[in-house]
Amino acid sequence: MASVLLAENQEPGFSFENCRRNAFLAKKGNALPKATKTGTTIVGIIFKDGVILGADTRATEDTIVSDKNCSKIHYLAKNMYCCGAGTAADTEVTTQMICSQLELHRLSTNRDIVPVVTACKFLKQMLFRYQGHIGAALVLGGVDNTGPHLYSIHPHGSSDKLPYTTMGSGSLAAMAVFEAGWKPELTEEEGKLLVRNAIAAGIFNDLGSGSNIDVCVIRRGSVDYIRPYETANLKGEKQMSYNFKKGTTAVLDVKTVPIIIEDVVVHHTGESAVESMDTSS
Amino acid sequence: MAMTEGANRYLPDYSSHPVQHHFSPYSDNGGSIVSIAGDDFVVIGSDTRLSSGFSIHTREQSKLFQVSNSTVLGSTGCWCDTLTLTRLVEARMKMYEHSHNKVMSTPAIAQMLSTMMYYKRFFPYYVSNVLAGLDTEGKGCVFSYDPIGHFSRSDYRAGGSAGALLQPLLDNQIGLKNQEGVTAAPIPLKRAVAILKDVFISAAERDIYTGDGIEIKIITKDGVRTESFGLRKD
Repeated sequence: MASVLLAENQEPGFSFENCRRNAFLAKKGNALPKATKTGTTIVGIIFKDGVILGADTRATEDTIVSDKNCSKIHYLAKNMYCCGAGTAADTEVTTQMICSQLELHRLSTNRDIVPVVTACKFLKQMLFRYQGHIGAALVLGGVDNTGPHLYSIHPHGSSDKLPYTTMGSGSLAAMAVFEAGWKPELTEEEGKLLVRNAIAAGIFNDLGSGSNIDVCVIRRGSVDYIRPYETANLKGEKQMSYNFKKGTTAVLDVKTVPIIIEDVVVHHTGESAVESMDTSS
Repeated sequence: MAMTEGANRYLPDYSSHPVQHHFSPYSDNGGSIVSIAGDDFVVIGSDTRLSSGFSIHTREQSKLFQVSNSTVLGSTGCWCDTLTLTRLVEARMKMYEHSHNKVMSTPAIAQMLSTMMYYKRFFPYYVSNVLAGLDTEGKGCVFSYDPIGHFSRSDYRAGGSAGALLQPLLDNQIGLKNQEGVTAAPIPLKRAVAILKDVFISAAERDIYTGDGIEIKIITKDGVRTESFGLRKD
């Protein structure tokens, strides 16, 4: 017997009880509201001294832009960052959960740096457990004691270990740039430029990606989180001013509630307090 | 509960009963149109991006078709239907000129376009039309249509993919709705063009199908003048 005060044991994972109800409602014409997806171009490359991650900054709700400058490169550990594409809430929460899991793991294994493969394992085990219902497509990059590593992780829980990778709706545009321009042992400047070009290809050729380019450079011992690396798109200059004169909004009703002052107490603080202290013995 | 009805979960491409496949004859190529009418002019602008899905076909396709010296038709939606519809309108206008020995007036074109679209009531032109021109008295007029030909005359209209984003802005700035203490005055040409550009700048911020640039046609008794303006390309 379940009641509000004494809830039954909550089963872990998703409850699919409402799916039949939702299917019935959808058939009647009441479609489910669309979750915010990021539409997105995210990329990662391995260069001579580490890993460079890049992302655009547009979040879309179907075909409307909901955030013109959202952050898609998420912190996992001081040596690891993760770009997220797919459902915005899923990428945000998944990376935060694995971030805390990694810190607990680091403390319990008494290490300074957690291997990147550990984060990959945590992420794919969680995503596989949810059988693809968590719509998070991730590009995980970091540098540990064995060198730089880059993984791409898909919503169903598979991962690929690669020297360069792209995800999101703009991944084809970005991968075209990588296939033409990536080579082993890139310098940091060459790498940043290549990542910038790949994200720009996604921003200008894919309608789901846009606005600015964020870049994150991870080397052994240091991280450069450059946000924005480039503001590739500025809002057009307005031709007119749209300031409204005072009184433009109609006032329908006015209710004034005076604040009644019951008592006034003055406390002196700072130098005057020290001065006013009576030190005469 | 079955994971997916019909499809075998181990062989998702095979199912145990017939599956209906659906071919859609329509595609949505995006684009927005805005038109503002004044006392002796009318301006109509469209963005120049043609897209489908998440890809761009071209950044330089205007959706405005000048059908006569005093009328411009803006058509957006399914581009194939747009091309055929405008071709048909131009052909019908030529026929009218040959039989009546005069150019069709804007209200006449408006009525004809409505009947042409209703002929395809049961396989519609998937097009959002805005017809702008000078009427027989020289006043600016804007006619807007639904896909099966219902039309109405108004002073300003926004249509296409960003229509729902822009119409409330036009209602406030041109229709002076929800504003106290403002006197209705005939809108000057400079202000109409400035509002048109600003309205497209805002549309390009939030609608992924609007962007790249705009083409503006300004219709006065002296003819049709064209202006271009750049927009965000992302």
